[in-house]
Amino acid sequence: METGPDTRDTRDNPVILEMRSITKEFPGVKALSDVSITVRANEIHAICGENGAGKSTLMKVLSGVYPYGTYTGDILFQGSEMRFRDIKSSESAGIVIIHQELALIPELSITENIFLGNEPTRFGAIDWVTAKKRAIELLARVGLSDDPDTQIKNIGVGKQQLVEIAKALNKSVKLLILDEPTAALNEADSQHLLDLILGLKSRGISSIMISHKLNEIERVSDAITIIRDGKTIETLDVKADGVNEDRIIRGMVGRTLENRFPERSSNIGEVFFEIKNWNVQHPQVAERMVVKNSSFYVRRGEVVGFAGLMGAGRTELAMSIFGRSYGNFISGEIVKDGKEIQIRNVTEAINNGLAYVSEDRKALGLNLLDDIKRSVVSAKLKKIAKAEVVNDIAEFQIAEQYRKSLRIKTPTVNEGVGKLSGGNQQKVVLAKWMFTDPDLLILDEPTRGIDVGAKTEIYGIIRDLAAQGKGVIMISSELPELLGVSDRIYTIFEGAITNDIPAEEADPETLMRSMTSMKTKAVTK
Amino acid sequence: MTASTEAPAKKRFSFRDLGKMFGGGSSNVRQFGILFSLIAIIVLFQILTDGLTLSSGNLINLVSQYAYILILAIGMVMVIIAGHIDLSVGSVAAFVGIVVATAMQQWNLPWPLGIVLGLVVGALIGAWQGWWVAFVGVPAFIVTLAGMLIFRGGNQLIGNANTIPVPQGFTEIGAGYLPEVGPDTGYNNLTLLLGLIIALAVIFMEFRARRVQRTMGSQPAPLWVSIIKVVVLVVVIGFASVLFAGGRVGTSFPISGIILGVLVLVYSFVTRNTIFGRHIYSVGGNKHAAELSGVKSRRIDFLVMMNMSTLAALAGMIFVARSQASGPQDGIGWELDAIAAVFIGGAAVAGGIGTVGGSIIGGLVMAVLNNGLQLLGVGADRVQIIKGLVLLVAVGLDVWNKSQGRPSIIGFLTKNRRKDKLDLEPTSSSPSVGAGEAPSEDPQGLVPTAGTPDTSRPRG
Ligand SMILES: Nc1ncnc2c1ncn2[C@@H]1O[C@H](COP(=O)(O)OP(=O)(O)OP(=O)(O)O)[C@@H](O)[C@H]1O
Ligand SMILES: [Mg+2]
Repeated sequence: METGPDTRDTRDNPVILEMRSITKEFPGVKALSDVSITVRANEIHAICGENGAGKSTLMKVLSGVYPYGTYTGDILFQGSEMRFRDIKSSESAGIVIIHQELALIPELSITENIFLGNEPTRFGAIDWVTAKKRAIELLARVGLSDDPDTQIKNIGVGKQQLVEIAKALNKSVKLLILDEPTAALNEADSQHLLDLILGLKSRGISSIMISHKLNEIERVSDAITIIRDGKTIETLDVKADGVNEDRIIRGMVGRTLENRFPERSSNIGEVFFEIKNWNVQHPQVAERMVVKNSSFYVRRGEVVGFAGLMGAGRTELAMSIFGRSYGNFISGEIVKDGKEIQIRNVTEAINNGLAYVSEDRKALGLNLLDDIKRSVVSAKLKKIAKAEVVNDIAEFQIAEQYRKSLRIKTPTVNEGVGKLSGGNQQKVVLAKWMFTDPDLLILDEPTRGIDVGAKTEIYGIIRDLAAQGKGVIMISSELPELLGVSDRIYTIFEGAITNDIPAEEADPETLMRSMTSMKTKAVTK
Repeated sequence: MTASTEAPAKKRFSFRDLGKMFGGGSSNVRQFGILFSLIAIIVLFQILTDGLTLSSGNLINLVSQYAYILILAIGMVMVIIAGHIDLSVGSVAAFVGIVVATAMQQWNLPWPLGIVLGLVVGALIGAWQGWWVAFVGVPAFIVTLAGMLIFRGGNQLIGNANTIPVPQGFTEIGAGYLPEVGPDTGYNNLTLLLGLIIALAVIFMEFRARRVQRTMGSQPAPLWVSIIKVVVLVVVIGFASVLFAGGRVGTSFPISGIILGVLVLVYSFVTRNTIFGRHIYSVGGNKHAAELSGVKSRRIDFLVMMNMSTLAALAGMIFVARSQASGPQDGIGWELDAIAAVFIGGAAVAGGIGTVGGSIIGGLVMAVLNNGLQLLGVGADRVQIIKGLVLLVAVGLDVWNKSQGRPSIIGFLTKNRRKDKLDLEPTSSSPSVGAGEAPSEDPQGLVPTAGTPDTSRPRG
């Protein structure tokens, strides 16, 4: 959907939201200091900033997650001052937030989730008939035609995101806040979501959107507020200021970023890791094969990309290799350094030099109750233990090293990982697996929710690891990233490997074609 | 972006430094809060009972009367950190007690072997329950609820619902004291010696802790804090050992207290410094992430449950030894006391959080409360009501405090000061950063301190 030039200029629209001089402190950390932002009617207002800049915190202040009194500053919404006690009170004013981590309940149906806490009643009992009817209408408005009785866990993340929006629409939303809505979505789902937000705008619903995908921001937003280190840097008007990605980056990091993708080194060695005829069954549905007869190899010093649509089976393939952590293993062979090896559990995988950085760092990557230093060493405690006793000085020093080399933004490695911003948590997970000295590092969506600067750093880390002779597998849904970092790309479609393309020959079109069709090219070595 | 690079310190008194006295990290300060309450309760009862609370006789009694609950709390906190619960400990203790008593009475089993037998039976029961929890996947609540019934019944079946006496030697572990040796000083010499050793250890540990902190590159608290802390602790230890050593002739520091002390030291170390201990926390904190990091969560679940029942067996034997007989009513309600101690001690219901030290302090809060109320002649009915309220308020305060973003009592105490200071703060170029609880006037105070080493944590 293309929007005409008129709808992009919102400078003269009436102001609907003003946040003035917001300051928010956590014990020991000043997350926001004197931040101001102005949102106008019929506007999509983007908030950009590096990881840990304070974007999510600002939105939590706005939506009452951090209630009035825990921050200083004023919030004016539609002309009157707001003092939200909790999310409910901001919702009744028409401000609805969709958090970075989705807040749907997997076991409940779409209808139940949409009306959770807001159930229509008749004579005191929940009126499911009305609820379902409303749910179907709401789903139609966000372009979903799924059965509203489907459990949330049975629909993909893309659709879950839409259900969140349907839920917001049900609350007669005037200002929708989306915290990294497309981080976990594939191209098509992202497009759909962005179009939906544009559609809402044309119907008078403004949005505030946080995203690290600058191309999306450039495409849909009318105004951009940039936050750095908890302070407002500037507010750009997309149309008038002729904003492009480079301009946003300059605001975010304070300088221009020269090369977003690092140089490839060319010392690719021998094949050292091979998977042959790998077959894995779905953990519940026995007749469904999630990985079908897949074979691939990795050379030393090589970054191998795995491209595929959401649900193609890339994560399942990786996790099943990593100590059979997913599904039921049926058959297949792992060959490392010319010898067949058996990897039956995670410990064996780690001992064989495998590392897997999960796409879901909160659920699978970290213990959020733990502190940074303990998290960093947690996957290979033996390395710093003598007679089962952990050397805590070594632990601290190692964590310090990673803090410096990966530039993890934290006052100290004694801080809890739960308090870090998303991007910094990702760096902790990376550190955790680098600490295991892997020969083969499998990265599943390693830059999800990560700012441009940090992305470049992570690409650099990946290339460094490769330059040290390690093999890296990178699963990613962002084609530019795959093309920019990998040496070779496998495409996967419905559990099977469909193509093997050297980076020089790859382009988005070829990849897309192989990602969406079964036609398998013989995988050659 | 650390504030440590900012202007050098001018040394002034600050609450934060005081906070460091008992550890500066957010988890430690929670324990500081509980410790603070414990001291308050002791002082309160000391006044109310006209000095009876801190008398030799009462202290000795307090230790031997509650040692077994505290031993249970050690096992329980590990179970709770791992994300489970054990309701069977009272029944397991009673069951093991009767088995051991019967074995010694009927087969004339020598009492040292009786103790070994008890521990083995406890471990087997633990293995049984652990197997159901870890390998079959039945929730521990159910498994141990079943265990509660099974082993209570087992106790009555074996003992015919009768009371079975135990031999003299066996009673030492529950009713024994450090023996009299050396010259007649009017005090129990061994108890005094024990006090001296502990005092020296405290001094040594504090200064080692400072060294470790410096190696880690973090700024230890000012020296005066360490000195005051050590002096306070040494005075307390000295005072306590004189009290324990000066009891009625023939009494002194109880053997059960020594068993407890050794267990506290060992288990604090295990939970904090060993791979096994780390794995308990990671399984409780995020099981999936732990498994994907190579932690064998089933093994951890199994071992934790097994350890609990073994400690329950020990607690049961100490109790039997103290009351000189094993009976059908032994151990009723113990699980609740142990669980209460753990939660007052700052553990999280969902798992992943808790410490041995905290649970011991939590257990002592309950013990002193119980004891003090009894001294005041308050009836058992009202004691129960008060204990229930204390549990609720303690955990409630903790939850509320956390939801306010203040991890500590100190943060709470300095709340008003913080409000005043907000405007005065220089608008520094980066968010000011410090790991702990309260802001302080002293820039040095902003230096991260959460790494206060283990030795400076409060001990039960
Ligand atoms: N509950 C908390 N306690 C302490 N510090 C916190 C807490 N929540 C956030 N912070 C800190 O506040 C700062 C801002 O965090 P915030 O989550 O707002 O960043 P963000 O801009 O959303 O980053 P990202 O792009 O990675 O999501 C970070 O330094 C973070 O460590
Ligand atoms: Mg965020």
